[in-house]
Amino acid sequence: MDKNISFTLKVWRQRGPKEKGGFVSYQMKDIPTDTSFLEMLDILNEDLINKGEEPIVFDHDCREGICGMCSLYVNGHPHGPATGATTCQLYMRRFKDGDTITVEPWRSAGFPIIRDLMVDRSAYDKIMQAGGYVSINTGGVPDANSTPISKEKADLAMDAASCIGCGACVAACKNGSAMLFVSAKVSQLALLPQGKVEAARRAKAMLSKMDELGFGNCTNTRACEAECPKCVSISNIARLNREFIKAKLKD
Amino acid sequence: MATINSKIPEGPLAEKWSNYKAHQKLVNPANKRKLDIIVVGSGLAGASAAATLGDLGFKVKCFCIQDSPRRAHSIAAQGGINAAKNYQNDGDSVYRLFYDTIKGGDYRSREANVYRLAEVSNNIIDQCVAQGVPFAREYGGTLANRSFGGAQVSRTFYARGQTGQQLLLGAYSALSYQVHQGNVELFTRCEMLDLVLIKDENGQERARGIIYRDLVTGEIKRCSAHAVVIGTGGYGNTYFLSTNAMACNGSAAMQCYRKGAWFANPAFAQIHPTCIPVHGDKQSKLTLMSESLRNDGRIWVPKKLEDAKKLQAGTLNPNDIPDEDRDFYLERRYPAFGNLVPRDVASRAAKERCDKGFGVNNTGLAVFLDFKYAIQRLGKQVVADKYGNLFDMYKEITDVDPYENPMMIFPAIHYTMGGIWVDYELETSIPGLFAIGECNFSDHGANRLGASALMQGLADGYFVLPYTIQNYLADQIQVPRFSTDRPEFDAAEKAVKDKIARIMGIGGKRSVDSIHKELGHIMWEYVGMGRTEESLKTALKKLDELEKVYWQDLRVPGIPTTLNVELEKALRLLDFIEIGKLMAYDGLNREESCGGHFREEHQTPEGEALRHDEQFSYVACWEYKGEGKEPELLKEPLNYEYIKVQTRNYKN
Repeated sequence: MDKNISFTLKVWRQRGPKEKGGFVSYQMKDIPTDTSFLEMLDILNEDLINKGEEPIVFDHDCREGICGMCSLYVNGHPHGPATGATTCQLYMRRFKDGDTITVEPWRSAGFPIIRDLMVDRSAYDKIMQAGGYVSINTGGVPDANSTPISKEKADLAMDAASCIGCGACVAACKNGSAMLFVSAKVSQLALLPQGKVEAARRAKAMLSKMDELGFGNCTNTRACEAECPKCVSISNIARLNREFIKAKLKD
Repeated sequence: MATINSKIPEGPLAEKWSNYKAHQKLVNPANKRKLDIIVVGSGLAGASAAATLGDLGFKVKCFCIQDSPRRAHSIAAQGGINAAKNYQNDGDSVYRLFYDTIKGGDYRSREANVYRLAEVSNNIIDQCVAQGVPFAREYGGTLANRSFGGAQVSRTFYARGQTGQQLLLGAYSALSYQVHQGNVELFTRCEMLDLVLIKDENGQERARGIIYRDLVTGEIKRCSAHAVVIGTGGYGNTYFLSTNAMACNGSAAMQCYRKGAWFANPAFAQIHPTCIPVHGDKQSKLTLMSESLRNDGRIWVPKKLEDAKKLQAGTLNPNDIPDEDRDFYLERRYPAFGNLVPRDVASRAAKERCDKGFGVNNTGLAVFLDFKYAIQRLGKQVVADKYGNLFDMYKEITDVDPYENPMMIFPAIHYTMGGIWVDYELETSIPGLFAIGECNFSDHGANRLGASALMQGLADGYFVLPYTIQNYLADQIQVPRFSTDRPEFDAAEKAVKDKIARIMGIGGKRSVDSIHKELGHIMWEYVGMGRTEESLKTALKKLDELEKVYWQDLRVPGIPTTLNVELEKALRLLDFIEIGKLMAYDGLNREESCGGHFREEHQTPEGEALRHDEQFSYVACWEYKGEGKEPELLKEPLNYEYIKVQTRNYKN
């Protein structure tokens, strides 16, 4: 079960958003396979600090696959080779002795690089602020059980709501589209009676903000769905499109 | 010595909150627009408070260290949120939720606060449903519930194993709405580095702003307001390894403490019984396995020491140990609650077995959580439907299939009940400074029940603070907005910059993490699950030595005037060392065992926690006395008027 592997790590390093970046290779020796991918980067950073060099900057926080903070393109896949898992849930036993592992940041016009592997995803907050909510105040709401919701609808809404806002869908998309992200929120709320009231308006507002921020459009390549660490389905995009058409017809 | 006024309203318990609201001062809409509030933190407490204060009409500035408010660690809460809805008709009520919470907290929390918490719990569920939170539902369309430790009713609402995520995204959506409305301004990737106090015309110091660092540019900046609210979570990462996220820290709380806010009950830390055991010295955090697993999993170690030795050596397969040689120690010791005893009890029982040599992994620090019996009883499919995602997570981390082999678990630091002292209005001992959520010393006494953290965070943010803060702000409507050019801001900024310069100038050889790991070892060894006078004194000595190591041997590469993650961590580590000392002082003072605080000198012959109510029925508030000086203890007595204080019994 426990064994150690050695491999070459090729990491993208870039000082700032406008500076030129490039790959730097690091030889990793005797890394236990029960180490997580991010712990492996911790080991490398510890080495770099001990040598007086600056550590590699990457976003991470909860390290249990739910906060959406970690990113990384590992060997050409957002969040690495495992399906249904974030980078922080990736373990070194997925790799072999002698491998070369390439690590890059999300690359998309919507997510400018801050440094090394850290990118700016504040565009997602802006899309949410354009309409990703039910327009209510605190208090003055009806009893939670006053409106029955079918289990089926509640489960579908939960499937959509499991999006962690990591940006893998955008990184995976050749158009740099944020449609899966937007559709997950629009679907979740459109499926529930509480969010249905302003569903069409919400779809229009969020999509127009997405366009404004420089994200591309959807051409149904399904790369987003394949790479989503939470397996959010592209059927949500169909639901988004329905709401969008409704909004357009009202115009 | 300062006297403590907890501002508990008059009247019978069940009417206190209504009476308070009926008589408190309010701020009219035109004046709300003139008042600024800083909210530091964007978890359940911070985001719900910022959104609600914004929707009331105040001008809110909300700060978070992550790239988005949605990343706060509330998002990782798995199991659920309690409320006294009694939708299951199983005998629940506001009183029962109140009673269970006080009892679960080992009679070390304030009656009036906990009763209010139970009262507003129902509003939270209504609010979240209205936001579009997709709670689990029955086929008939009503909301579903499940059970959690320390309760005999089903009052926990949940959204699969991601309840915290869904509630936080609900609060984040409300916050986003208020940003859209222009009432809330977000400051992401910004970290508070100090609290700014300004004296009013009567010489009274009030919280009026913060100094913060833009984590991307490294710039030190200022922000002023009429009131400051901190909702920055707990300090579990003092132990280095915990279930907290990597960036969780206690620094904002410590900045407030050093400016005069009392720190209450720091020794009360919750150790969660079901976490994946430590696997090596490169590990960065511990992963929690939801408490809900204890509904169907049975916890055991071998009865025979020779079997345990073989398990530790890896020469025996646990499945080959027959049932009669298995010690289901929770079922044996606590027949009435069995595997569903509260967290502190379950954790201590695991430690007791492992201390006696019955641990089941190579380090001897693990027990089994076995689903063999549930699979036999319910079938693999039913177990997979209930816990599939948790089983997958376990397998991914450990490479062991929990459907075939028992899980191995061990207790880990999870939550801190202690925190900044607040009165009934959630105001700290500094006027104008409020603390909410896990960051305050909270309503959980010496031990928190499962599914109550989410309840408290949202209660504070949606339904308590937005009322109580007005009682303070009503007197501030004549106070114009503050300029950040004032000398108080100059002084605070200079102190922050000097501290950073001092850290950058150490020029030693050791990384922040290497010292933080050492801190974690000291804390776990000497201020961990079992504490003694000797261990706590040893901890204080070692922490002083570690602080010296920090100032002599730390190395922070790079420069401070740009993004510098090591500097961020170095600043937080310094506060963790100070929190560690506070925990040790508090643990030394509290010569009794209660909840998460177990002093080995104080236990019953059966090894249960032994409280000393006559001496220790109080909140221990620690006041900062200056750098290098011992803090001073102030006591807020706890009076129980409505419930009878008893020994906790989960046996029968």
